[in-house]
Order: sequence, then structure tokens, then C-alpha cells
Amino acid sequence: MDILCVCGHGIGTSVLLKVNVESVASDLDMDVNVTTADIGAAKGTADASDLVMTSPQLAPQLDGVTTPIETVNNFMDTDEIKAILEKYDD
Amino acid sequence: MANNDATSDIDGFLPDSSFLLDVPAKDWKDAIRLAGKGLVASGFTTDAYTDEMIATVEKMGPYIVIAPGMALAHSRPSDAVLHTGLSWVRLSTPVEFGSKANDPVGLVIGLAGHDENEHIKVMSAVAGALSKPEKVKELATAATADEIREILNR
Repeated sequence: MDILCVCGHGIGTSVLLKVNVESVASDLDMDVNVTTADIGAAKGTADASDLVMTSPQLAPQLDGVTTPIETVNNFMDTDEIKAILEKYDD
Repeated sequence: MANNDATSDIDGFLPDSSFLLDVPAKDWKDAIRLAGKGLVASGFTTDAYTDEMIATVEKMGPYIVIAPGMALAHSRPSDAVLHTGLSWVRLSTPVEFGSKANDPVGLVIGLAGHDENEHIKVMSAVAGALSKPEKVKELATAATADEIREILNR
């Protein structure tokens, strides 16, 4: 599945999240393609992904995006990320 | 092989001059200023980038506080970014950033980057360490820049 990690500038927070999502997906044996974007670009590209992951502060700015959006409180908590990915693991 | 690459990257991206350990900050802006100071001292950014990092939080909120006690201060790639690199600021007393889930913040990592690909290996090492509670504890008490790099390289 295609996962889009979104943060303010698409360079810091979202890259850390991408690294951890890839690591957790690998543990779960899930086949994922993780990309990153800043909040502005994400509005245009999110619909092409299967899942959007971002922080609770930024999620409201993705109003109108039809792809499911999951928020992450602790980007360093692999258990929190795992719980999200498991919902989409089929 | 990959490990060796990451090792050299961390040494280059986190030189001694980018560390400020156990320093006081009076508020979140002050904490980000310290992260900017480390980036400027290492030749990674100009002072303008420090202002941009503060403006990012003013504009978008404290989303840079990405885990309990930890903020990743950064802004967008611009002329103020001279080289890709990090700074590592450990506060003597944690400060509030206004993050409901993750305040107060004791570790501020400053990030200067041209694009997401350039620093992904270093970010992988940082993410790998900060997602392990035992390493987070070690990082919180490590006495020197050398010790912190060693923990990240492990």
C-alpha cells in the first residue's frame, strides 16, 4: 500500500515518521511504499495514496482529502505506529 | 556496509560544535535559538534559519514536538541552509512548547536540510535510537558529544 507521511515542510518530522513506518511495516511483513510531503503538496497528492499519516496538529489542514488520515502522537513509539498499520494490514 | 555509511554521516552531520549539553532555556523560543546556534556554529545554516525555525512553530503550532520530551526543530530548505546537518541541544530544565501530548521538552534536535534524501540515513540512525527507550535513557545522561554519537552509531 502507498502511505504518505505529511508534516509542515516535508523534510524533518515526516522523514522520521517514514523511517519508523518502514521499519514497523517490515516487522509486520507488510508491503508498503512510503513517501513524504509538506502540508501544501499533500493536499494535492494525498488522494493518490492509500493512507495518510501526520500529527494531530496538522490533520485539520487536510480537510477535504478523501484518503483515510491517521494521526500519530508519538512519532518515536513503534507500538503506536504498529497499531495503526495493523488496521490496514489485510 | 550500510552501517559504516551511517557512521561517517553522523560524524559529519553532528560535529562537536553542534552540541549544547545541559544548557538553560527560558522558553521554547530560547530552546530553538540554541538549536540554531549549534547549526550556525557548525556552518550548516545562517542566523536567518534560526528565525525561520521559530516562525514555523508560530505558524503551524508545536507539531515539531514529535515524541515525549523531544522536538525536531527545522524549517524549509532555503538560502539560509548552507549544508545538511543537525544540532543536539539538551536542556538543563525542560520547557513547554504547548504540545498537549509531549510537553515538556528536554531534547531539541535542530535539522538543516536541502532535501529529504540527503539526510535520510542520519535520520534513520536518530529514529532508530529514539524509538528505543533504553537508548533514550542513555542519550539523556551521556556526558559528551562522543558518547552521544557512539550511541547513535551503535
